[in-house]
Amino acid sequence: MPASLLAIPLLPLASFVVTLLVGKRWGARAHWLPILAVLVAFCCALDAFFRVRSGVIINQDIYTWLQSGSLTVSIGFLVDQLTAVMLIVVTSVSSLVHIYSVGYMKGEEGYYRFFAYLSLFTFSMLMLVLGNNFLQLFFGWEAVGLSSYLLIGFYFNKQAAADAGKKAFIVNRFGDFGLLIGLLLIFTLFGSLHYQEVFSRVGELEHQAISLLGAPVNAATLIALLLFCGAIGKSAQIPLHVWLPDAMEGPTPVSALIHAATMVTAGVFLIARCNPLFSLSAVALNLITVLGAITALFAATIALVQTDIKRVVAYSTVSQLAYMFIGCGVGAYSAGIFHLFTHAYFKALLFLGCGSVILGMHHEQDVRCMGGLKRHMPITYWTFLLASLSIAGIPGLAGFFSKDEILLMAFNTDLATGKFAWAIGILVAFLTAFYSFRLLFLIFHGEFRGAEEQRHHLRESPGVVTWPLMLLAVGAVAAGWFGVPALLGGGDHWAHFLEPVLGHPQMHVPAVTEGLLMGGSILAGVCGIGLAFYLYHLKPHLPGLLAERLTLVHRWLLHKYYVDELYEAALVKPTLAFSRRVVLRIVDLACIEGMVNGLPRIIGLAAERLRRLQDGQVSHYLAWMGGGALVLVAVLLIGL
Amino acid sequence: MSMPLLSILIFFPILGGLSLLCVSRQHIATIRTMALLVSLVELCLTLTLVLLFDRSTHEMQFVEQSPWIPALHVNYSLGIDGISILFLLLTALIIVLSVLVSWESIGSKVAEFFIAMLLLEGAMMGVFCATDCILFYIFWEAMLIPMFLIIGIWGGPNRIYATIKFFLYTLVGSLLMLVGIIILYEYGGRTFDIRQLAEQAYPLKLQLVLFWAFFAAFAVKVPMWPVHTWLPDAHTEAPTAGSVILAGVLIKMGAYGFLRFSLPILPDATQQMALPMLVLSVIAIVYGAIICLAQTDLKRLIAYSSVSHMGFVTLGLFVLNQRGLEGSILQMINHGIVTGALFLAVGMVYKRTHTREIAAYGGLASVMPVYAGFFLLLTLAAVGLPGTNGFIGEFLILLGGFECQPWSAVIAASSLILGAWYMLWLYQRIFFGAVKAEMVGLAQLSPREIITLAPMAILILWIGLYPNGLLSFLHVPVAHLLNQVHGAGLSGAALLPGVAPLP
Repeated sequence: MPASLLAIPLLPLASFVVTLLVGKRWGARAHWLPILAVLVAFCCALDAFFRVRSGVIINQDIYTWLQSGSLTVSIGFLVDQLTAVMLIVVTSVSSLVHIYSVGYMKGEEGYYRFFAYLSLFTFSMLMLVLGNNFLQLFFGWEAVGLSSYLLIGFYFNKQAAADAGKKAFIVNRFGDFGLLIGLLLIFTLFGSLHYQEVFSRVGELEHQAISLLGAPVNAATLIALLLFCGAIGKSAQIPLHVWLPDAMEGPTPVSALIHAATMVTAGVFLIARCNPLFSLSAVALNLITVLGAITALFAATIALVQTDIKRVVAYSTVSQLAYMFIGCGVGAYSAGIFHLFTHAYFKALLFLGCGSVILGMHHEQDVRCMGGLKRHMPITYWTFLLASLSIAGIPGLAGFFSKDEILLMAFNTDLATGKFAWAIGILVAFLTAFYSFRLLFLIFHGEFRGAEEQRHHLRESPGVVTWPLMLLAVGAVAAGWFGVPALLGGGDHWAHFLEPVLGHPQMHVPAVTEGLLMGGSILAGVCGIGLAFYLYHLKPHLPGLLAERLTLVHRWLLHKYYVDELYEAALVKPTLAFSRRVVLRIVDLACIEGMVNGLPRIIGLAAERLRRLQDGQVSHYLAWMGGGALVLVAVLLIGL
Repeated sequence: MSMPLLSILIFFPILGGLSLLCVSRQHIATIRTMALLVSLVELCLTLTLVLLFDRSTHEMQFVEQSPWIPALHVNYSLGIDGISILFLLLTALIIVLSVLVSWESIGSKVAEFFIAMLLLEGAMMGVFCATDCILFYIFWEAMLIPMFLIIGIWGGPNRIYATIKFFLYTLVGSLLMLVGIIILYEYGGRTFDIRQLAEQAYPLKLQLVLFWAFFAAFAVKVPMWPVHTWLPDAHTEAPTAGSVILAGVLIKMGAYGFLRFSLPILPDATQQMALPMLVLSVIAIVYGAIICLAQTDLKRLIAYSSVSHMGFVTLGLFVLNQRGLEGSILQMINHGIVTGALFLAVGMVYKRTHTREIAAYGGLASVMPVYAGFFLLLTLAAVGLPGTNGFIGEFLILLGGFECQPWSAVIAASSLILGAWYMLWLYQRIFFGAVKAEMVGLAQLSPREIITLAPMAILILWIGLYPNGLLSFLHVPVAHLLNQVHGAGLSGAALLPGVAPLP
């Protein structure tokens, strides 16, 4: 194995350890080592990418992690086309976020700690994508969860931040529960946890049924659904989406890196990685597609009315992740990964743009206090505009190509739910364009609505912040050019590159249909932008009126369909009450302890009674003796 | 056999402890240093054993045998295999750390305290080395006395209640075990040798009776649900070192007993009773975790989490397959390290704040960042994050459980969620949020305290990333043990001549 490959995860790991231990002494220079580590890792990732392009696939164990009986699990790397893409995404976005953080986190308490955690995250995510077996994936999976926990709760003295970190971890654990059971099932069926072994024998599952509470279930379906549970948690899909919006309590660079570009896409990566398994189960694929469609719509509608700029983008992320799931669900894994790739850049850009705005506004996040920032922050504005155009699916930009590919595949698939997903997808494309530009107009156009104090301090962010924005803007524009469809004169290099791992659904779509579909999605995007322009630029008083007219709907959306409240009332509170009132008070204290303390008490009472027999009165003793003798004689007589 | 290494291992701390009597009471510093030295030398002795140990055989090693009470065929016989050696190591390490953590926190009767601790160490070593039932039983009961004193003399305000509860609870169980041992002696050809007893076959009915007799002793020690209620009281009232030893080693004795007696000697009963044991284990896992959500006392919470974690241990034992058993033994070591370290950590902060009330804490991460870092690692190990030792043990047990009874693994895995819930909630309440006024100005960890926690932190990561270092000790003895359990079918069970069957 080339040393440069080992360096990819080890450099961030080393940087984490060193920075955590001695970074405090470096003060404001604590960022140098982490930045250097991730930049070198990025170069090594590029090297790995080109190796893979030249046809070298690596699948090699480094050491045996765990061995027991027939179970052998290694720490090892699998570097194929899918991994290569993920390596590029993770290291490139991570590098830019590292640099950006120098400006964003300047002067914060725990500066070194922040960079140490970023390194830890980068290491964990790289281990996740590099692993050649399920257990290493699980290692990375939980380790990114830990980094996410630490970074969301970075401002841990703030109650909301601490709560959000804990919530993220626990909600994710619900998904991990399914994932872990999935791993147990895989090992039981295949006797191995290594991808190569499992996927090469995956055909054995086709007609294998497992009895689940008496009902036979197809083995492939069961495994796929269990793995999907994990994906739902990590990628914040319904019903486990509730942690992601709260995760915005973390510093904004973290939101960009972990909660938009990389970690939350791990669920999509998992499904793509396990595509041989998922492809065996139409049930699972249909479910993924439908859940993706529902989540996409659900999150997009919530994003329409949120006023915290980071929350709008967070819901937008949930919605875009759902697109990726639709892509995977209809069997177009490479389209899903393509959207993962483009989304990483335009969404990281949106978040970092938000961060730049928040810096300019002195940590104000409420969109109602903004407006007209275009004049003061031109670079932020133009890059934000590019990202918004990209996510809205304007032709030529990154988001257009990937989203279009997913919708095309959804429309043409044989899967029962494809058309449904396509229809929802178009609707969501419209909503996406609308809320993205609503945000843009509210932040950058119109009159400034904040305090006079804030207006005075408005200025463009420093170069260390704006340069990453500009570089990401290049990605938000050009990332899609790797997968230009044949219809537009491209070679669809993306799908061909990933074909050895992800396959390619064979479908022949007439050029007319493809053109019409493309036109449809463009139209949806343009209409969304147009409506946003009309409501938030031309007639800025209208949205308020609309909200008043539709109070009920507005309130539902503003409160995110009351899902958090529902979980609190139906799950959290009853469990805690059950724990206190039933388990602790009734079972433990009353029953078990009652018995434990009651037994000696009964013995004591009985002894007290018996003691009275021995009262020192000779006549009593004589009476007892006589009585006893009589009984003995009686017993003997009857016995004879 | 050149040197009686195991005898030295057992009697060195006992003699070392007694030698403290010679030191004048005023020289507290000398007493502490001597106690530390004795425990360190003991640790080195154990490490020597590890180096000399041969992992490729299931046979007992470093065997010593000499007649003790010939009339009753009681022998003084010692020996260790790959399973016991890990416990020796754990015990030696835990005692060193317990001495360190008691450095300042024990203010009165210092010499007596360390004597009790070193006597306890000798007895615990004896339990893990004994291969004769009576010797085992004597060491087993001998452990009780120093622990009884440690809780009863140096404990918290409610210590008398707690220590008597602890004593009676365990004594009742142990007496039944003694009855069991005597019955075994009668039916097993008048020997107390554990290996010889395991080579014979007993009728199923007898096995079942014996199984429950041993169960009474072991289940209380583990503690299994529903005989766990002595544990929270004992932990809460015990001084820090007492809790550490209790969690670190003492409660492993129960599971170790199952491994030494129930599984190899009573294989058929074990197989028959496996299902009820699994049910009890799963109940303990979930019950312990849920009840943790209701705790307001720091030590009580960790005590109940022990019930949950030990549920994993018994689950792994009674799935009766390689992964389950190896996971279970590893989980015992892990639990000793993690929960032992948690009690160490709690003791350190208790010394500063004098409260165990969780609600009294808040924002400690700002005040004591290094401490917060250590505690976070312990928390993560307790919730079984991959990369820490907690994950390896639990994963192997779940695998074993899933192969044997899938439902047991599925229910047990729910602790993934519940465990994260109560531990992270605990962590949040203590370390996060606004800094409480009472927390301001608490002293940082002293170098001695860091040295106390650091070995545990290193072990957590080392076992988490390279568990084979320990697992390689277990492969052969566990495989042999499984042979004993599965190999001896009822068909081969013939009564020994001259022994009447049980009525």
